Amino acid sequence: MPDLGLEVLLKGSNIMRLLAGLWVALRISLISVAGSIPIGIILGTLMTGRNIVLKAILKIYLEFIRIMPQLVLLFIVFFGSTRMFGWQPTGEVSAVIVFTLWGAAEMSDLVRGALISIPLHQYESSEALGLSKTQTYWYIIIPQTLRRLIPLSINLITRMIKTTSLILMIGVVEIMKVAQQIIEANRRSSPTAAFGVYLVVFLLYFLACWPISLLAKYLERKWR
Amino acid sequence: MNWEYIHKFLPLYEKAAGLTIKLGVIGILFAIIIGLACAVIQYYKIPVIRTIVAIYIELSRNTPLLVQLFFLYYGLPKVGISTNAETCGIVGLAFLGGSYMAESFRSGFEAIDQIQEESAMSLGMNTYQTMRYVILPQAVSISVPAFVANIIFLLKETSVFSAISLMDLMFTAKDLIGLYYKTTESLILLVVFYLLILLPVSMFGTWFERRVRYAGFGT
Repeated sequence: MPDLGLEVLLKGSNIMRLLAGLWVALRISLISVAGSIPIGIILGTLMTGRNIVLKAILKIYLEFIRIMPQLVLLFIVFFGSTRMFGWQPTGEVSAVIVFTLWGAAEMSDLVRGALISIPLHQYESSEALGLSKTQTYWYIIIPQTLRRLIPLSINLITRMIKTTSLILMIGVVEIMKVAQQIIEANRRSSPTAAFGVYLVVFLLYFLACWPISLLAKYLERKWR
Repeated sequence: MNWEYIHKFLPLYEKAAGLTIKLGVIGILFAIIIGLACAVIQYYKIPVIRTIVAIYIELSRNTPLLVQLFFLYYGLPKVGISTNAETCGIVGLAFLGGSYMAESFRSGFEAIDQIQEESAMSLGMNTYQTMRYVILPQAVSISVPAFVANIIFLLKETSVFSAISLMDLMFTAKDLIGLYYKTTESLILLVVFYLLILLPVSMFGTWFERRVRYAGFGT
């Protein structure tokens, strides 16, 4: 049995350090999701409105954010804001800004999709039944939209968690950085540690995302 | 803005964009093949292999490409499997993309009525012909929107290749920021080059989606 470098993780508090690193990534994604859901709902609702100029501006902005690789956006905020605003955000702050903007753009598209998927006759029928505008939205449109929206927004959380792995590239100390440190520190005693440690990181990410994906899939099936 | 530097950086970016496109295209082609194979295996419910495919899809969809690449590039050589960075990038992209493609094709297969297969059989087609001429064309055309979204997603994901020291667009930008402190110029070129790669794909995708929708296969 070749040395897989797993015993490195049992040394000292290495496994706890890895988990703490994972928590950094999870915390950033949760804050960003919490920010992007309300912004995304507002932007998505605006996108279904009638104001053409506003829609055009929003569309260009949202499409730009959605088409750019998230790493590029991270670079723009992390390296660019010093030049542009004379303000140097830390890696974590840049990450939260970028992921909130990106999440809001993705969310707005989901909201828009869910809203336009509600057939027009739903509005007309509730009007025919004498419901007011507020009642129509509160009792008819919002419940149906939410059913379509909730599984998709849960999926957005897993996408967000996976995307936060990128913060390594702007120097935030998260799980990958901790893994690198552990591997470096044990270079002499167990030269093959990279295999075991990166495998564990891979599995930890899987364990963080998989239950959330399953929940999203379950809800999608249940509410279809 | 300093145009002199933009002029100076341009060839470097062109070279890097070439690498991004090359690795992206090869990786995506493999991803399509893997995805199609996985979707067909799941469609025919082949025992054992089907379970392996399901495990692969869950593993690949629930982990970030960056982590997969680190494992491939830094982890595997420690157990004697060593590859160069380009191969790692392609393998990583194919591993990630395969599952996304599989899911998009699967939704296409699921949308096809049982009656299509039965009708094809009753016309005397064999299993291969049914798949090739009846099921596949319809399934693929239904999955086009998801397919196009996946291609853009995978092209965007190539940006993490710089982590395994491939000289792609991200790597070049970071390098130039570090070398010359020309942050604005480097970042603007980075954005422009990604737009040049991604916008045409996105526009072509929208056009293509509309076309196959009008063709109205099976609906």
